Amino acid sequence: MTQAMERRGADAPKVHSTQRTNRPWPVEFWSSAIGKKWVMAVTGLGLMGFVFAHMVGNLKMFLGAEEFDAYAESLKTLLYPIIPENGVLWMFRVGLIVMFGLHIASAYQLTRMNHRARPVKYQSPRDYIAANFAARTMRWTGIIVGLYLLFHLADLTWGWFQPDFVKADAYNNLVNSLSRPPVAAIYIVANIALGIHLFHGGWSMFQSLGLNSPRYNGARRAFAAGFAVVVAGMNVFFPIAVLTGIVSN
Amino acid sequence: MALELDAKVPPGPIADKWDNHKFDLKLVNPNNRRKFTVLVVGTGLAGASAAASLGELGYNVKVFTYHDSPRRAHSIAAQGGINAAKNYRNDGDSVYRLFYDTIKGGDYRSREANVYRLAQVSGNIIDQCAAQGVPFAREYGGLLDNRSFGGAQVSRTFYARGQTGQQLLLGAYQALARQIQAGTVELYNRMEMQDVVVADGRAQGITCRDLLSGEIVSFAGHAVLLCTGGYGNVYFLSTNAKACNVTATWRAHRQGAAFANPCFTQIHPTCIPPADEFQSKLTLMSESLRNDGRIWVPTEFDEQRAPGDIPESERDYYLERKYPSFGNLVPRDVASRNSKTVVDEGRGVGPLKNGVYLDFSDAIERFGAETIKARYGNLFDMYERITGEDPYKVPMRIYPATHYTMGGLWVDYNLMTTIPGLFALGEANFSDHGANRLGASALMQGLADGYFVAPATVPGYLAGLLGTPVMDTSDPAFTQTVAESQSRIDRLVGIQGTRSPDHYHRELGKLVWDYCGMSRNRTGLEKALAEIPALREEFWSDVRVLGNPGGFNQSLEKALRVSDFMEMAELKVADALQREESCGGHFREEHQTADGEAQRDDEHFAFVGAWEWGGPDVQHDAVLNKEPLEFENVQLTQRSYK
Amino acid sequence: MTKMLNLKLKVWRQDGPDDAGHFEDYSTTVADDASFLEMLDYVNEQLIADNREPIAFDHDCREGICGSCGLMINGQAHGPQKGTATCQLHMRKFNDGDHITIEPWRAAAFPIIKDLAVNRAAFDRIIESGGYITVNTGAAQDANETPVPKEAADAAMDAAACIGCGACVAACPNSAANLFTSAKIQHLNLLPQGQAERFGRTKAMVETMEDYFGSCTNYGECQEACPKEISVDFIAMMNRDYAKSMIVNRRRLGERKVG
Repeated sequence: MTQAMERRGADAPKVHSTQRTNRPWPVEFWSSAIGKKWVMAVTGLGLMGFVFAHMVGNLKMFLGAEEFDAYAESLKTLLYPIIPENGVLWMFRVGLIVMFGLHIASAYQLTRMNHRARPVKYQSPRDYIAANFAARTMRWTGIIVGLYLLFHLADLTWGWFQPDFVKADAYNNLVNSLSRPPVAAIYIVANIALGIHLFHGGWSMFQSLGLNSPRYNGARRAFAAGFAVVVAGMNVFFPIAVLTGIVSN
Repeated sequence: MALELDAKVPPGPIADKWDNHKFDLKLVNPNNRRKFTVLVVGTGLAGASAAASLGELGYNVKVFTYHDSPRRAHSIAAQGGINAAKNYRNDGDSVYRLFYDTIKGGDYRSREANVYRLAQVSGNIIDQCAAQGVPFAREYGGLLDNRSFGGAQVSRTFYARGQTGQQLLLGAYQALARQIQAGTVELYNRMEMQDVVVADGRAQGITCRDLLSGEIVSFAGHAVLLCTGGYGNVYFLSTNAKACNVTATWRAHRQGAAFANPCFTQIHPTCIPPADEFQSKLTLMSESLRNDGRIWVPTEFDEQRAPGDIPESERDYYLERKYPSFGNLVPRDVASRNSKTVVDEGRGVGPLKNGVYLDFSDAIERFGAETIKARYGNLFDMYERITGEDPYKVPMRIYPATHYTMGGLWVDYNLMTTIPGLFALGEANFSDHGANRLGASALMQGLADGYFVAPATVPGYLAGLLGTPVMDTSDPAFTQTVAESQSRIDRLVGIQGTRSPDHYHRELGKLVWDYCGMSRNRTGLEKALAEIPALREEFWSDVRVLGNPGGFNQSLEKALRVSDFMEMAELKVADALQREESCGGHFREEHQTADGEAQRDDEHFAFVGAWEWGGPDVQHDAVLNKEPLEFENVQLTQRSYK
Repeated sequence: MTKMLNLKLKVWRQDGPDDAGHFEDYSTTVADDASFLEMLDYVNEQLIADNREPIAFDHDCREGICGSCGLMINGQAHGPQKGTATCQLHMRKFNDGDHITIEPWRAAAFPIIKDLAVNRAAFDRIIESGGYITVNTGAAQDANETPVPKEAADAAMDAAACIGCGACVAACPNSAANLFTSAKIQHLNLLPQGQAERFGRTKAMVETMEDYFGSCTNYGECQEACPKEISVDFIAMMNRDYAKSMIVNRRRLGERKVG
């Protein structure tokens, strides 16, 4: 191999080095960029499932405090008594943390690799044709969503920013939080970012996973757009509903 | 001093010659093969396939290209297809028929035995390429599709859309890449050959200019294979790529290799005419367009109307008129010459009055625009990109352009030149196409030479050198050649004149095109012989080469190439002048039949004109040697397409 | 009819790989019939007349097939015309008075040689690592012994149309070569002849690609820039084959321990 690399004209620097040793295949796969894109796609798919379920669960807020709190409570007793109380919830939590971790780790490593692949940028403005706003801002929408997630947990799970936070009083905590216009604004902005992220990610994962066929290629874009609009649209609607009094305590 | 032109054609019946010869050739033991170094110059079809095949056999191969990648050689631009005598169509094709058609198409100026071998191995080429994954066109049953091409009466042309050359070259390039990875072949890209090193009566190696560092470097080998294409760019405007040049073969010629039939040049009838003085090259439109397009010019001189406004009665479909049986499908040389005649008369069309119409309106009316689009869509798009005119609405404008050169280094049956150890393959040699090449035969020849002929004959030569090491590149034979190459560069850079190399190339091209193009006559040729040396002198005293010669310098590359064209052009014209007959692509106005067709003179000119370098005053110093052509298997006939 | 265009050019000039490089401004007047490279030829002639060094740029066939040429024209690889290499782009796509900015391809894998010419040898390294079918000269059976479904042959041809110009890398915001590599892999993987080496080839070529180039994040910019309009579908197919290569080759090796 080294001989091949040293050959005349091949003075291009290496930007990445795939593990070529005979390691277990998941390790080897992860070491390649395509492997990392698979990881991003699979974890992305898992996280899409989460945001969708989360959004559906939150629709309960329109049914009133009782329904909403019951839903929140029920999460703790999923599959109870087969599995101890909070067991499934913790499994979900661990799964989500792992997925977030892998998603972010791959994104970070690929971004670094891509920077190395073009150390000198174009010195004149680019004129993009296909790369849309969503695709070009994945990094930033991802960071916004990640920061928002931390804020969201601190605000509604741990209650750091709410003086009259009452654990297990999910409905009131939610309404109290979103009644504050700055917080509502954060929610709205972050969920728009989420929608933009999903618009590209929801399509891109099919490519990364190699799921393509002339029969349904057209539907991939439609799926991503529809998914992004439904999830982000509803999520943005929640704070608006609180602010406008459609939902109140 | 006359050269001894021993073609080394094996005895015996023509069909057995190649097999017998392969048996008679000496072999090299597999363990000994890596002791031999073979230098392959050029990575087109011939070079890439030869380098890959010799590497597979175990020889130590070094391959050189002035491109950044072997895949960029101009073989890649061939559109139409590749012939092979497979007879998959059951339409009566055979090795003998392909042989016969090629000999006849070449107007009986090629060597029988070589052409027969070409036809013999043509089928193996298709097998090899299909196995390599060349995506040839297929029928629904999954078997290979064929089409008839260039007026052939059988369907023997294999193709991959309009990109056959590209796909075949990629196949050869990939085979080469495999050997590079395996370590049997070393690739030297952006390296341009400057000279052949000859010592002790044989080729010992080459010198190259490293195009990145500007350094002149030497490579020693037991054999040198020149696979460097033709000299069509002597006309400046041609369908060749911009970098195509004659340097490798011309420098070999100067070192003692005979240059055969330099006057044989193929002018392709269907190219897009030049649009303005910025024109840098010409683009070929596939010959297949003539299957459905009708060629015409206005009957009136200096017609000003748009083509659509010219009534049917004022159009001259001159090919259909003069050649009722072949019509628009007459061979390339005939079609080209007739276009020139009508344009010279002043009936040319287009803004510069330099083309003829190729009109699809009848075909569109008959088959519908959709069918025409399915057949020629890519070509129509390309035409529109270049001219800005829509050929579905306005007739195409076409004009002939230089396309291929049948002449080249003289080689024997083993493809060896008159310098022992120096071989020439593909378009760089002269052997297979005579005075005119048939469509879809260039790809066939390049690959035949590279895959099948050279890997058999080169070892036959090497076997005799067993135990002989390659010459040390510090030997005076090398250092002297390096010094000569370097001094040529120094001289060019030192001139500091006023005109660019391109300027001189254009001037030369215009001269050669005007006097030694589609039709030639004594007065014109003599005029050219007077003007070319003067132009060459001007070039050597007034060319301006800027930039650092010790680095990447495209002006210098160009100037070096033009300097060789300046000499080669003179030999080409001298050859055209000596050949007092018309044959194939060589039309001498003095030698035509009563109705203006080419008049061959088999009694006096059935020979290969192999020129020997005599000195810098090319037209007077060069020595003509003749290899008589004997035809034992075909009957010489006059071509007629009436 | 021919129209003359007055143009303002901003061209990247760089003396060698280690030079910092800078833009230089030129004005020129050319006919709209000229091709883009003929326009540059003309500028070069003017430069030579002024005793200034001409602009270096790679080009050869000027028929859109050799893949030598490639310029970033006003921020687009190969300029504004879709499915067209720089050499086939003609000046009639521009207007009188236009400003045109010309830059070389930029990627770590494509070091600049001089001005607008870059070194694309990394592409050759990808092919050398597995972009072939192993068949020695003379070893082939009759070509019609292996029928190839027409659909497979056509799809392989779509991929094989790649000219290796590097526009996909140049256009990609990540400098990824996935379109090139996938086209080269799928050309062979789609054919029956290519099956024996399918997964080994995919693995080797992908890994060599990743040594030099960035990663694909599915922008789709490559497909728009490609002069042969090669589809990003091939990238998806490569991703699929690469993942399979992780499993299939191991399964073929059975339980034996290797390496």
